[in-house]
Amino acid sequence: MAGFDKVVSSYEEAMAGLEDNMTVIAGGFGLCGIPENLIAEIKRKGTKGLTLVSNNCGVDDFGLGILLPDRQIKKIIASYVGENAEFERQMMSGELEVELTPQGTLAEKMRAGGAGIPAFYTATGYGTPVAEGKEERQFNGRNYILEEAITGDFAIVKAWKADRYGNLVYRKTARNFNPLAATAGKITVVEVEEIVEPGELDPDQIHTPGIYVDRLILGTFEKRIEQRTTRPTSDNADK
Amino acid sequence: MALSREQIAQRVAQELQDGYYVNLGIGIPTLVANFVPEGIEVMLQSENGLLGMGQFPTEEEIDADLINAGKQTVTMATGASIFDSAESFAMIRGGHVDLTVLGAFEVDVNGNIASYMIPGKLIKGMGGAMDLVAGADNIIVTMTHASKHGVSKLLTRCTLPLTGKGCIKKVLTDLAFIEIKDGKFHLLERAPGVSIDEIVKLTEGELVVPEHVPEMTF
Repeated sequence: MAGFDKVVSSYEEAMAGLEDNMTVIAGGFGLCGIPENLIAEIKRKGTKGLTLVSNNCGVDDFGLGILLPDRQIKKIIASYVGENAEFERQMMSGELEVELTPQGTLAEKMRAGGAGIPAFYTATGYGTPVAEGKEERQFNGRNYILEEAITGDFAIVKAWKADRYGNLVYRKTARNFNPLAATAGKITVVEVEEIVEPGELDPDQIHTPGIYVDRLILGTFEKRIEQRTTRPTSDNADK
Repeated sequence: MALSREQIAQRVAQELQDGYYVNLGIGIPTLVANFVPEGIEVMLQSENGLLGMGQFPTEEEIDADLINAGKQTVTMATGASIFDSAESFAMIRGGHVDLTVLGAFEVDVNGNIASYMIPGKLIKGMGGAMDLVAGADNIIVTMTHASKHGVSKLLTRCTLPLTGKGCIKKVLTDLAFIEIKDGKFHLLERAPGVSIDEIVKLTEGELVVPEHVPEMTF
C-alpha cells in the first residue's frame, strides 16, 4: 500500500488484526448488500466472542448465519432476526445475547458513531421495552429516549464500485446500512465488484468518500436472493 | 360478513390521496398497493432505502441488489430514488411520510400498539415498526378484530410488549373502522352486514357507538 491506495490482495490481509471479543459492524439488509466474502473470512479465521452489529443475522448457511455453528458470535445487535433455526436455538438457550434495536435507531447509532456524536434523543421506542434503563426527556411536550452511538473495532462493507483510493459507489438497495457501517469502524474493510483508477469515478456521484475506508478488496459474489418474487412476463403493465 | 384481507386493503386504499408518500408494512398492508384508486398517484417508501417501489420483476428483470423491506425482489417505479438506512429513517422519523399502514397483535384505547413480540413464542424483532409508529402522524393499523377463538384484540390495555405508546389513531379491522381519541374507541364504520352488537361484543376496550354507523362501501 502506498499513499492513498487502499487495495489489498487477499482476504487474509483484509481482515488482519481481527481478534477475539472485538466488535464488528456489518452492512447489509437481509442478504442484500452483505459483505459475504469478508464474513466467510471471519469464519475461516475462527475468531470468537464477537459482538456483531448488523440489521439481520443472515440465514443458516449464508451471511452472518455461518458464524453461528462454531459459536463465533457472543452478542448481536440487530433489528430483525430469526430467519434461521440455529440462531433461534442459541438465543433461546442463552448462548447468544441478542439486543433488539429498532431499525432506524440502529442506523442512526452507526451514523452518530461515525460522525463523533456520542448519543442522540429519539421518540422511537419510548414507552416500550427498548426504553428500559435509558434516560428520558421531553422536548416541546414530546417524550424521547437517549440512545448511544455505536462504533466498531472493524466495519465490514459491501459496495459496488470503488477507485483505488476507497471512494465508493453502491448499487440500488444493496446500499442500505453499508455507508453508515463504513463510517463507524476503527478499521473499515470494503469488498467491491469493480476497482477503477482514481479519477475514473465522478466525484459528484461518490456515496462514501475514501477517507472512511482503510482496506479495499476485489471480490466475486453469490448475491443470494432471500425472497424470489416475480410477476408473469406477459404482464407489461406499468404499475 | 367480516372483510377479507383484500377488502381490508381496499378500504385502506380509499384513504389514499394524490401525491401521498406511503409506507406499507408486511402482510395485509402490502395489498393496499393493488387498490390505488383511479387517477391517484402515490409513491411507496420501502424502509430498506427505496422511495418509488414498483411491482415485482419478471423472471428476466430479477436483480439481487433490488429488494423491498420484506426482502422480496422488486422493481423501481419511474422517478424512484435510493438512499441509505439513516436517510430512510430520517424520512420516517422526521414525519415526511404521509401515510403508514401496518399490522398489529393488539391496540388499546390509549393508542398503544403491540406488534413485534410474543414473549416465549415469537421473538424476531421490531424491524422498522417502532420508528414508523413513533414518526408518523397518519397511521392506519390493519388487523383482525378478534382472535379465531373470539378474544378481542382491541383492548383497555395492551398485554404484549409495546411497539409504540399513544401513537395510533385509526384502526381498520375485518369488522369495523375505528378511531381512537380521548382514551376510547369510536366506531366510524362497520363492515357490510356486520351488526353493531357483534362489534361491541368483540371489542374489549370502551367503544363509543354513535347513533348512526354507516356500512363501508367499496
